[in-house]
Amino acid sequence: MAELLRTEKLRKYFGVVSAADDIDLRIEEGVLTSIIGPNGAGKTTLINLLTGNILPDSGKVFFNKEEITHLPIHKRVKKGICRSFQIMNIFPKLSVFENLQIPILSLLNQSLSLFKPVRGNPDVNERVEKLLNEIGLMDKKDHPAGTLSHGDQRLLEIGLAMASEPKLLFLDEPTAGMNPVERVKVLENIRRLSREKQSTFVIVEHDMDIVFSLSDRILVLNRGQILADGTPEGIKQNEDVRKVYLGEEIL
Amino acid sequence: MRLKLFILIALILLLFLLPSFAGKYLLYMTIHILLLSVFALGFNLLLGYTGLLSFGQAGFFAIGAYASGKILLILPSLLAGVACGTVAGGISALILGYLCVRHTRIYFSMLTLCFGMMIYSLAWKWREVTGGDDGLVGIPRAPIEIPGILSLNMSPMGNYYYFVLVISLAAIFILYRIVNSPFGLTLKGIRDSENRVAFAGISIRNYRLLSFTIAGLYAGLAGSLLPPLENTVTPPLAHWTNSAEPVLVTLLGGIHTFSGPIVGSILFYLIKDVIVRFTQYWLIWFGSIVVLLVLVFRGGVVIFFTERIWPLLNRT
Repeated sequence: MAELLRTEKLRKYFGVVSAADDIDLRIEEGVLTSIIGPNGAGKTTLINLLTGNILPDSGKVFFNKEEITHLPIHKRVKKGICRSFQIMNIFPKLSVFENLQIPILSLLNQSLSLFKPVRGNPDVNERVEKLLNEIGLMDKKDHPAGTLSHGDQRLLEIGLAMASEPKLLFLDEPTAGMNPVERVKVLENIRRLSREKQSTFVIVEHDMDIVFSLSDRILVLNRGQILADGTPEGIKQNEDVRKVYLGEEIL
Repeated sequence: MRLKLFILIALILLLFLLPSFAGKYLLYMTIHILLLSVFALGFNLLLGYTGLLSFGQAGFFAIGAYASGKILLILPSLLAGVACGTVAGGISALILGYLCVRHTRIYFSMLTLCFGMMIYSLAWKWREVTGGDDGLVGIPRAPIEIPGILSLNMSPMGNYYYFVLVISLAAIFILYRIVNSPFGLTLKGIRDSENRVAFAGISIRNYRLLSFTIAGLYAGLAGSLLPPLENTVTPPLAHWTNSAEPVLVTLLGGIHTFSGPIVGSILFYLIKDVIVRFTQYWLIWFGSIVVLLVLVFRGGVVIFFTERIWPLLNRT
């Protein structure tokens, strides 16, 4: 399978705490990968390093065989990397529709048109509405995003990340704080998009049911290092993983 | 919606008919209100739409004024003066903005304050160009001249009033288009959550810089229209207290509404004009009134009327 992203000895220390300790990692196209690990294992840090939110102390990141280690966020997005955030990161004062307009205008290179009315582009409106239907927020499109329920805000957050049509999409705890109905909605979306091979997903998740039912591949992090890497079955049998999660009856 | 449009047209009509019944003083005041409106609207593109509080806008205003004054002293053509002043404000904002937009919040505000005060001291010390503390004097209210087509005498206050009115309305209309464009929406996104906008694939720094440059163009435009009115340009124009004026009027009118800075500018001159009749310590009274208004009208006078008073009127 084609390699999408690769890291070489990626390292990041916060003081003496190792958040990423010489991580060598390959992510293949179309393989739905989950990252799990105990709190403080460095899951979010790894995503931050790969998406450009923070820069590594040393090591390299390659995307489509091209080095992107020091590329600013917006240029990585244009190459096809996007993410959602663990902590809500939407535009609370703008309507749901306007929220999604921002990444789609950017996708279609329309953001810099200074004098056209923002609603006047049928191509943009069509794409926004398609996305609204996909995440199930069509009936709330004119609500200010800040007034949505927690679950709907999370859906919007995922919609914002998907809007830029990335080749590689990191979702940081996409279903945190959602009710079961919303959770199913999100999972269906991820499954469908993953099947249609539009995007390759990498998901950080705590819910083990989701992780084991959804993933093709699971990556277990502990103290900034890759503890285990393999198929869901392989991870279930792994002794090291059992030790890390000792006492947690999840595997 | 239709009522709003009607009120707007009535207001513009009133502004155009003003010279037929108003005296010189009222025209003079209205010109000042228009200039402050343009100045503050540009400032609010930064504050209300991009989320950046600049304390140095007077610097660009003064650069516009000095450039326009200089040109008018050499070449008596109003259009040339105004065009040069506007461009000078924009270019200086582009250069200084390149350094300022690397930071946000208080750091950005302090940087703009510093650069503003640097322009202020430049106006004092660079005697050969700025005239030092004398400033530039004897600036003519030059006619509008396009050779062979048009020649309009600008000396009567009424004529100059029309010139300022047309330019200001055009500037306001253009800015209205800008804030309602994809670019304007993207700026609002940067204000609300810059990280999310970066992950839409947008260079936040470049967008902030463009916003800063447009604000500079507007400050330059407002500044360039002042010398023909007052016939002089002096260094206090660049002082930071002058930068506080757009901040004040924008807070007064409301930062999250397009018309906020305009309404704020009108109130600013109305309040000032009434108070100076009674006391020379007008700033103390003015400050107190502004504090009171900001406390009573949360979010600005405009929001107060559109969200509280307007629904009441519609119900009855």
